[in-house]
Amino acid sequence: MITRREMLGRLGALLGMMAASTAATPLSTAARVRAQTAASETLIALTPAEAEIVRAVVARLIPADENGPGALEARADRYIDRALAGALKSSRTAYTTGLADLNARAQAAKGAAFARLSTADQDAVLTTFQTTSAQFFNLIRTHTIQGTFSDPFYGGNANFVGWNLIGYPGARTTVSADLQRLDKKPEPSQKSAYDYAMFSKGEV
Amino acid sequence: MATTLKKTNVVIVGLGAAGGVACLPLAQAGIEVIGLDAGPRLSTRDMAPDELRLARNVWPPGPQKTDGEAPTFRPNASATAVQGAHPMMNAVGGTSIHYWAQSWRLNPWDFKVRSETVRRYGASRLPKGSTIEDWPFDYNELEQYYDKVEYAIGVSGQAGNLNGRKDERGNIFEGPRKREFPMPPLRWTGFTERMGAAAKSLGWHPAPGPAGIASRSYDGRAGCAYHGYCSGAGCHINAKSSTAVTTIPKAEKTGRFTVVAEARVTKIEVDKQGRASGVTYIKASEEFFQPADVVLVAGYVYENVRMLLLSQSPAYPKGLSNNHGQVGKHYFSHNQGASVSALFPFALNNWYGLPAQGVAVDNWADDNFDHSGVDFIGGGNMYVYTERRPIASVNGVAAWLQGKPNWGSSWKAFLKENADRTNGAYLQKTTLPYEDNYLDLDPNVKDPFGMPVIRITGEFKDNERKIAAFMQEKMEQWYRAAGAVAFQRQPIGGPMGPTTHAYGGTRMGLNPETNVVNGFGFSHEVPNLGILGASVMGTSGARNPTLTLQAIAWRTAEHLAKNWKSMVG
Repeated sequence: MITRREMLGRLGALLGMMAASTAATPLSTAARVRAQTAASETLIALTPAEAEIVRAVVARLIPADENGPGALEARADRYIDRALAGALKSSRTAYTTGLADLNARAQAAKGAAFARLSTADQDAVLTTFQTTSAQFFNLIRTHTIQGTFSDPFYGGNANFVGWNLIGYPGARTTVSADLQRLDKKPEPSQKSAYDYAMFSKGEV
Repeated sequence: MATTLKKTNVVIVGLGAAGGVACLPLAQAGIEVIGLDAGPRLSTRDMAPDELRLARNVWPPGPQKTDGEAPTFRPNASATAVQGAHPMMNAVGGTSIHYWAQSWRLNPWDFKVRSETVRRYGASRLPKGSTIEDWPFDYNELEQYYDKVEYAIGVSGQAGNLNGRKDERGNIFEGPRKREFPMPPLRWTGFTERMGAAAKSLGWHPAPGPAGIASRSYDGRAGCAYHGYCSGAGCHINAKSSTAVTTIPKAEKTGRFTVVAEARVTKIEVDKQGRASGVTYIKASEEFFQPADVVLVAGYVYENVRMLLLSQSPAYPKGLSNNHGQVGKHYFSHNQGASVSALFPFALNNWYGLPAQGVAVDNWADDNFDHSGVDFIGGGNMYVYTERRPIASVNGVAAWLQGKPNWGSSWKAFLKENADRTNGAYLQKTTLPYEDNYLDLDPNVKDPFGMPVIRITGEFKDNERKIAAFMQEKMEQWYRAAGAVAFQRQPIGGPMGPTTHAYGGTRMGLNPETNVVNGFGFSHEVPNLGILGASVMGTSGARNPTLTLQAIAWRTAEHLAKNWKSMVG
């Protein structure tokens, strides 16, 4: 009998290996989504079923590919779950209807729930969805971008994958002239604003 | 019933860029001053380099008074006005806490646009319908007050004209200054150096912009850290020379200046003789009346005009100081849109820095070039600067996608390559007042307390549109010389929406038929009512208004202090 903590630890290690091996032998998004479902921490705002769809969506909006990890690896899903119980509370009901709408459309067009589709089918469904349900598509896209590129404090941008993707060298409280040159890329600080004790914490 | 408080000499309504400097010369002259602001005092602990926190409006802390009173706007009187967003913030220090802090002096020409245009090109060149007048004083009169403010708050920069001697390291087109800036300019970056070299290759005169930001330690404050969260944000080390950390605390130290934060002024009261008697305000749901010998209204343009129009009384049935119907007139939003953006084939490393860390070109501003061959008067200041934030950079590439998907692998590849390769120029252009551009009270839209909000009726006219097109051409030329490969031009013209650069509404001038305040900033109708801020400005120039409105506010305060006996008795 293993404890829950041990199981999470093993899954975490497994996920770590998966993440490390992504570039060499890419796992299907569906497999990664399922693995992460099993390992996920307690959800705050979303139901497990909703969270599964959110993970599948963010994984297609900013996919892991030859240019590195994507929104799922950044844990944009975790950002969204937390924010929907906090600063983005007013969007909570839009997620209930929007995600149900997406699933229904996936079912109608491809015969399965969105998270169960192949990535090609997911992309096809999302392409249509962007037109038919523009409002919710834009909302979850905006939140996926926030979850990938905002300060890691908010639960996303895990391991700074969002900032590394675009080359943003991280939060600093002071910047030397050497970090503003054209001929030299700044070293990433690998820091959140809140790694500096001088600041009060933001509101998740 | 309002609680009547002990009378004071001067009450200032609003402690932002203008009220926040006016308190100092008054308190230093021995005058008792009470300053009211609708916002709170802020802490540097809340000024984290956190893009989301700034974007989500959790900083500055709410609820902000401005949120409830965003002006409506419409291009002309037959259109329906829609509500916009309020661009300013409420706090002790006001928007000087989160402004870009570009601290330009106006060009001497901006004080005499009418007479200089007539002299050099003939009266026919004055744009049709413009109500432009010369200022009641010239650049040389304001020079000493520019100087006082620059040293009191701390402005960094490179002089380009020291007592008439031109210095190519600075802006050679500026009016003569009597002494150097108190601090050297903010440093150059790889990107600004490249843009500066490109401007020189075109025969232009690039110079660092002046900044209300300490470039080294100044007056007990730290020098700029260039960390990248300056625009729309407060400074975590107080390097930004906001009035909250400069003139306001200095005035408080005299013992004659008292700040009352979170006090929302609802009305300026008048006595039987039609003189201002004080102000009514609400703090923590309680109503107070603060009597004063002199009232200085120092809110933002929309607030100043609104406060006067709402302060109706038998002596001033159309609003305070509005018996000549001039309150709200001669309004204009600065012609600062119609930008040009560029895509470079290499990364610009613009992640850090700040909007005040930039390079400007004034060759095509004001009357710095011969306008005989063009069909407009005035011109524009061209400016590029640093500071790029991650989410903004991701959204910023959208304009370059040209219809390609904005998600998925191809977008991600585009993003990775171009997030740091774009740049948008800041083109500030001459804007004039016109007969049919004005502010009044919106007949339909009210704030949460049931008071009407301001309605902007205004659009950019031919002269503004022609300058914009001309400047876009010059800006593209500059970018091209620096190696940019693709360009986009924002639309020109349109309605004058709510903006951080609003002017007029209580214009300053000698003629009471066409101006609300006299040459020193006091009402033509209410002698003990002074008005501070860009609402007194009759021209915009091609540069940020703050230092100019601060210099005028200082001059108004000093005039009051020097003439206290004759003005107050």
